[in-house]
Amino acid sequence: MSIDMEQFKVTFVEESLEGLDIMESVLLDMHPGAADAEAIDNIFRAAHSIKGGAATFGLGDIANFTHVVETLLDEVRNGDRDITQEAIVLFLSSVDCIREMLSADQNDEAIDQERIGEVKAGLDSMLGSDQDNETVLPESNAATSTDTQENGWEIIFKPFPGMLRTGNDVVRMFRELADLGDFTAVVDAESLPPLVDLDPEEACLSWHITLNGEIDKAQISEIFEWVEDDCELVITPLSASNTNVVNNNAIDNPVTDNPVEEATSVDLQAASTPSERRAEGERRQTARKTSSPESSSIRVGIDKIDDLINMVGELVITQSMLSQLGEDFDMGRVERLNDGLAELERNTRELQESVMRIRMLPISFAFNRFPRMVHDLSAKLDKKIELTMSGEQTELDKTVMEKIGDPLVHLVRNSIDHGIETPEARKAAGKSETGVVNLNAYHQGGNIIIEISDDGAGLNYEKILAKAIERGLVGANEELPEEKVYELLFEPGFSTADVVSDVSGRGVGMDVVKRNIMALGGGVDVKSVPGEGSTFTIRLPLTLAILDGQLVRVGNNTYIIPLVSIVESLLVDQKNVNEIAGKAEVYQLRADYLPIIRLYEVFGIEPDQRSLDDGLLVVVEGDGKKGGLLVDELLGQQQVVIKSLETNFRRVEGLSGATILGDGTVALIVDVAGVVRLSREDGRCPSEQVAAA
Amino acid sequence: MDAAQNMAHEIQHNLESDDDQFLTFILAGEEYGVDILRVQEIKGWDSVTPIPNTPEYIRGVINLRGTIVPIIDLRRRFQLEAMEYGPMTVVIVLRVDNPDGGKSRVMGLVVDAVSDVYNVPEGAIKAAPDFGSVVDVNFVKGLATLEDVMVIILDIDRLLNADELSAVESISQ
Amino acid sequence: MANILAVDDSASMRQMVAFTLKGAGHQVTEAADGQAALDVAKGQKFDLVLTDVNMPRMDGITLARELRSLPNFKFTPILMLTTEAGLNKKQEGKAAGATGWIVKPFNPEQLLATIKKVTG
Repeated sequence: MSIDMEQFKVTFVEESLEGLDIMESVLLDMHPGAADAEAIDNIFRAAHSIKGGAATFGLGDIANFTHVVETLLDEVRNGDRDITQEAIVLFLSSVDCIREMLSADQNDEAIDQERIGEVKAGLDSMLGSDQDNETVLPESNAATSTDTQENGWEIIFKPFPGMLRTGNDVVRMFRELADLGDFTAVVDAESLPPLVDLDPEEACLSWHITLNGEIDKAQISEIFEWVEDDCELVITPLSASNTNVVNNNAIDNPVTDNPVEEATSVDLQAASTPSERRAEGERRQTARKTSSPESSSIRVGIDKIDDLINMVGELVITQSMLSQLGEDFDMGRVERLNDGLAELERNTRELQESVMRIRMLPISFAFNRFPRMVHDLSAKLDKKIELTMSGEQTELDKTVMEKIGDPLVHLVRNSIDHGIETPEARKAAGKSETGVVNLNAYHQGGNIIIEISDDGAGLNYEKILAKAIERGLVGANEELPEEKVYELLFEPGFSTADVVSDVSGRGVGMDVVKRNIMALGGGVDVKSVPGEGSTFTIRLPLTLAILDGQLVRVGNNTYIIPLVSIVESLLVDQKNVNEIAGKAEVYQLRADYLPIIRLYEVFGIEPDQRSLDDGLLVVVEGDGKKGGLLVDELLGQQQVVIKSLETNFRRVEGLSGATILGDGTVALIVDVAGVVRLSREDGRCPSEQVAAA
Repeated sequence: MDAAQNMAHEIQHNLESDDDQFLTFILAGEEYGVDILRVQEIKGWDSVTPIPNTPEYIRGVINLRGTIVPIIDLRRRFQLEAMEYGPMTVVIVLRVDNPDGGKSRVMGLVVDAVSDVYNVPEGAIKAAPDFGSVVDVNFVKGLATLEDVMVIILDIDRLLNADELSAVESISQ
Repeated sequence: MANILAVDDSASMRQMVAFTLKGAGHQVTEAADGQAALDVAKGQKFDLVLTDVNMPRMDGITLARELRSLPNFKFTPILMLTTEAGLNKKQEGKAAGATGWIVKPFNPEQLLATIKKVTG
């Protein structure tokens, strides 16, 4: 196989993986016995394509494996086999195996030979044949034709009238014959009708051909392969006497030409096998990683591209207009300049939104793995679980989606493992035996919200509290509000599972989930009603790169506070300020006590004023914690591009990044949760502090 | 900025030879050298955005054509007397490699002034004894005498990969 | 050279076939299933049609039958690309009017040789 094939192989692997996804989802919906003909046809075709492509692109193992699947599915398709539960499970396992083999080939990894062998054995026995499968890439063997080479052949060729209708061309066939040896043909016009009755589209001539040369009969038969049913064909060796001709007629009856046909098709493939296998071996050695868990390509709808092109077009127009204005400018044209600049701003904003949308994909890509996972897990745990999903079309940034995959898996596993009860327990509790896990996604503000809810047993308040006390996370006699208790779930090393199941509950899960979500600039919290179920809510920014920010000034420095974190801004009213035990200051805002955070202290800079008199407080909320940030001045609001501090420096607590302002200077972006954390010395929330005072 | 531009031209000229080349700069009367291949550019001193809760010698960050680059003040790093920065003050932008592998980073060093570019023949760099310089011996690759001047050749990767500069703070809850 | 219509629901196969044929100087139009191919065929003349058998919407055999009813395609060579070595599919194809078949897997050289045979 030439190197050229590699480029197509990548496409093949991609479309095969898609085909496998389709197979999987069809199989998951399938019920034994009642097989939807269209569904069967779909999965047959998927397997068929994978087998064909695998063979073409040199993936022999995959082709062989898939061939058995395809054969079984073909039997189902033809009504020769029923769909049993066993078959569905076996097909699902096959999907896994093929996926693994494809991925192993792309990433040059080893495959689990044992597992694949097991599944294949299962498929073979289902097929009822334990002999070696018909190899798609046949072992090289000499194409032994049943007839020996002769010095020449006599061919009698009489096409049936309709032969030409298949587009076969006698001239072409004769040309090929002439390539084999010395060719002479004598036409027999016996059957030619009178001109008046002649149908030019019908064949009515026949030929007596002599072909001299050292030629295999198989070579001749191959030329007539396509038309063997549409003609009378008699091939006899020239060296034979006339008597032999009569005998050979019987043998050479075209209808029973099967051995020749097989030899021919082997012929076509045998020649390529040794070199293909050699090339395959080489290819395996030089295989490079073409796909990685975070893929570096993205499929974009043409409509998004067209939008982009239009927008760039408008931008070019605006630019040329401004450029023209600039050439011959005087103050009288200021208004036109302003119009132009406004237009430029509009164009840029639209272009930016358009580009951002390119990276957005519907969350269904992340949700799609769950039907299978729920199906497998519930079987494994002997629970009845139904998965419902809503909002699958909600879009989010591709990179965010890739990174949220693992946390989502963990949370869903958690619901299935710890949330949903066994069918017996559910029945005893008066619930339906089948538990429901729901995935929901929607946009809110600049965020995407993903909810994972279940109607299971809910979180066990007492158990969590007890465990927390045991771990020293909470004082023995402390009374915590419900929410706070549930939040403890996300503490490192926390697991209330008595027996660590291998599904989840190893105690390393939840805190990693929370950390990963926070690393994306989001947050997670949980609500629960004992006996009724729990809901985990993940908040994620729609995009990692851009932020709507409020510019604030503290002393000589400009900071950006993300708008999504700002609750409100207000002028300090001294009578609402309370000091606690000479340490922390809180501001009473309606029913809440907010810690007053002096940003200049947190950041170690010189402010305009230190007193709270007429001070400006920006009330913020981050990661469930509220606070009031003391600033000197509120500047404008604008969208900023987030630049990483970590690229060349490091992560700084209290900052989530930096940005470059219009004047080229760098402004730092405040990480609200981090700042609130930094300012809290004793780690207790203000209302507790007030109560304790 | 002219001084910087001249320097840039010289570097270009000197790129032909086979010897290692070093850019040298002055800091409190001593001359230091860095591998020319690490020098990305030389800028004039401009305003810097300070980063909170960082050591004093990290002046802050600047915008270098869209990337955030930290600026390290070597005077403060080596605990020398502070100096007023003026038009001769220069920032040398360097590419810093990570000895543990991983991506290289870009950082800027504030120095008093840039001195020259020297070709240093192999073997001309001698090991540095602990000669009581302000610089921690760990950061010094060696000493070289170039045209009668003693140049302290710095190990950029060690100097700028010190813990405070590259540690990623763990996200504590 | 020849103006070829290549029909296959597998993008990688289409790409491989198109790439190979174009490289040899032929002109190639791609279609992802029988219906799409038929739509294209109604507006253009082709020297050869290469089609997969198993495709959604309209399979290769039906496509052959439909094409033969179009005046421009009465005698155009139509070759089925099939992995099914089974006799019945070939018979069906022929009955529908297909000229012949190429058995998958084939390599680019085999494809080109067959094309050359048929288009001259």
